Amino acid sequence: MSASLAAPARLTRVRRYLLHNLGLNLALALLVVVVALYCGVYFAQQGRFPGNFELTSTVDNTMPLVLAAIAQTLVVLTRGIDLSIGGMMDLTNALAAAHMKAGIGSMLGWSALILAVGAGLGLVNGLLVAYGRLQPILVTLATLSIFQGLAIRVLPDPGGAIPQAYTDALVNTSAPWALVYVVALALLWLGFRRSALGVALFAVGNDERAARANGIDVIRTKLAAYMMGGVFAALAGLVLAATATSGDATTGDGFTLRSVVAVVLGGVSLFGGRGSAIGAMAGAFITMMIVNVLFFTAIDPLYQSFFEGLFLVVVVVLGAVIGRRFRRG
Amino acid sequence: MDGETEQSGVAAIEGRGVSRAFGGVHAVENASFAVRAGEVHALVGENGAGKSTLIRILGGLIRPDGGEIRVGDETVSFATPRDAHARGIRTVFQELTLFPAMSVAENLLLGHEPRGPSGLIRRSALDGAAEAALAGLGITHIDPRALVEETSLAERQVIEIARAVLRAPRVLFLDEPTSALVEHEVEWLFAIVRRLRGEGRAVVFTSHRWREVASIADRITIMRNGTEVGTFPTIEESEAVRLMTGRRVGALYPPLAPAPTGDTVLAAEHLEGPGFRDVSFRLGRGEILGFGGLTGHGHRELFLSLFGAAPLSGGALRVGGKPLHPRRPRDAMAAGIALIPEDRKTEGLLLPMSVRDNLTLALIDLLCRAGVIARGRERSMAQRMVATLQIKTPSLAQAVGNLSGGNQQKVLLGRWLLAEPQVLLLSDVTRGVDVATKSEIYELIMRLAAGGRGVLLYSSDALELSHLCHRVLVMREGRIVRELAAGGFTAEDVVAAAVGETQLAA
Repeated sequence: MSASLAAPARLTRVRRYLLHNLGLNLALALLVVVVALYCGVYFAQQGRFPGNFELTSTVDNTMPLVLAAIAQTLVVLTRGIDLSIGGMMDLTNALAAAHMKAGIGSMLGWSALILAVGAGLGLVNGLLVAYGRLQPILVTLATLSIFQGLAIRVLPDPGGAIPQAYTDALVNTSAPWALVYVVALALLWLGFRRSALGVALFAVGNDERAARANGIDVIRTKLAAYMMGGVFAALAGLVLAATATSGDATTGDGFTLRSVVAVVLGGVSLFGGRGSAIGAMAGAFITMMIVNVLFFTAIDPLYQSFFEGLFLVVVVVLGAVIGRRFRRG
Repeated sequence: MDGETEQSGVAAIEGRGVSRAFGGVHAVENASFAVRAGEVHALVGENGAGKSTLIRILGGLIRPDGGEIRVGDETVSFATPRDAHARGIRTVFQELTLFPAMSVAENLLLGHEPRGPSGLIRRSALDGAAEAALAGLGITHIDPRALVEETSLAERQVIEIARAVLRAPRVLFLDEPTSALVEHEVEWLFAIVRRLRGEGRAVVFTSHRWREVASIADRITIMRNGTEVGTFPTIEESEAVRLMTGRRVGALYPPLAPAPTGDTVLAAEHLEGPGFRDVSFRLGRGEILGFGGLTGHGHRELFLSLFGAAPLSGGALRVGGKPLHPRRPRDAMAAGIALIPEDRKTEGLLLPMSVRDNLTLALIDLLCRAGVIARGRERSMAQRMVATLQIKTPSLAQAVGNLSGGNQQKVLLGRWLLAEPQVLLLSDVTRGVDVATKSEIYELIMRLAAGGRGVLLYSSDALELSHLCHRVLVMREGRIVRELAAGGFTAEDVVAAAVGETQLAA
């Protein structure tokens, strides 16, 4: 016998693709299902299918959550979690509303500054987690409060004004332009996944010790993840301000947990190292569609969160069952 | 030192007077070790002798507390494995460092992926590049598109080795590379090692199998108690064992007490389950009944089923005269059956928890008064076990993960002994355990049997079976094919029955 090892038996391409991207594929399938469901209940109520207006407003309204979900994905992939995303959105939203003036210089300058603030906030989280070796859940819970407190100081009362031109540029309300952003974000993600940093992110989330043994700079990778998360959270805060055309220092609060929900629905593992931001984006749309479906089924708004939670549990259980079935083949 | 002196040229890598302690235990103390370019260097010693720690230090995974590391004629300091990589030093650590949810190709080429003009990884070229790289090493059975978590343990070991070899290291450290490999995979590895040697690279490996050491090493360094005993171009096995342990190899197996004639403690009739069928045997009190045969022929499954961790689909089982249908390990434990599994790290021990907690885990219910653990009793029980089994630990509070492999195995044994079982299922309990601890475990097994318990012992080591057991049942393809009765059989008989030869050739 020669010193080589042989005996091939391989999966088919399609089966392997489905299996290796199970979370993402389940999320996309679920998105199709809830969109169909939405169209169904809409038709039953209105006698016609949703059109341009519904599409535009749905996509526009989902954009902040899409961005927050991407922020959360970047951190969750390193086996962390960022509970301060809501606080970062509060603070960046407040900054935009308090300071941004009409005029291209002010709009561009403040946008850039606010994104840099987001990176800085993320850096604080990252430093505490990576260098301080503290639990991400504890660190970001603390910074959530800190960021919320800062936001209130920047904008004590809801208000301020976002220039109309800014709204028009960021969230064109007459056509579903935001879909272009969605596609661009997906492409950006695919590129990132093929970058050295993207690979390092997944490696660290898979096994931090192994990443270190393979020469990956674990600390820098984590810092980068939290900083990029901060930038996306800031972007979410800006879009939220543009959509509302004014600011509110508490408007981002709900996004912390909703971003976690979107990430889970999108098939990103909370144990790190597996998942796709595209899945998380799909997860954001799924959560939004569920709210819309509940709206049209005329369920008492008081029970809305009850049904949202119920749906979440059912979907997660179903996803686990399907996944197990599929793996067993 | 009776080893040879270092005169010929500069070392490829050298540790001088290196020390490192963990939680008060000196894993490596004032150890010196030099590797020359173009040699295969075996590092041998018992578990806990400091081989792995020394390799981790030289591979940059941990920093030494003292001493000096030299590469060529420079003194270096490795903060991370990355620094060692930069010097052309690669290590295959004992704990694999692959990424389960990433593909084999991504793992193999991590940091060296084919890139396009944009600097981004060319995914289209990645799998092909990995396939070609694997083929260059003679590996065609591993699909580079598979996720690592879809591959077997042996395949992972091969991938891990391949990844290090692909980086063309000047020095390659392999920490127990063969323990997860079967024979033809070991041959594959040795062909690679010879090739590296031919290219003027240095390979350092550790192994508990003397045959491997003797067949490929140019020099052998023996370690004991955290320091090197000496480096030898060749050395006899018996002499090496003496240097490693300070005892003669003949003393490894204590004398076996005569087969008892006591009553039956466990009777199995026509047992059937996943991986085995028509298994019948009787186990007497005081008897050590061996199970022999090649890996994967049903012993593991049989033991798991006897313990209630896998289903029994047919047959009858009686323990102490009473019928037993174990559905869960709890049922088997209640009937007095204990299983000591082969993979102590994943199937039994809680590595970050203390020696005391690990010892008393199975008895927590008994130790509780009104839901609160009686700490005093727990402590004295654990202390008694540490003393009986001579577990080497600085304290009861030490995390089990910090102990050597042999002592970890003793903790696991101790846990089940505390439950005072009537029947012990021991599955390859001495695998990866050093010689001295092996000997202690053998004595312990014999003492347990002599105390009136029944012992079922599966071992992949035929020599162990022939020295330790009153009878051996050899399994092949899930059935018992041969019974080797008391006294009149050798290790060769066990192997012959396992592979299905009627007569022994040679």
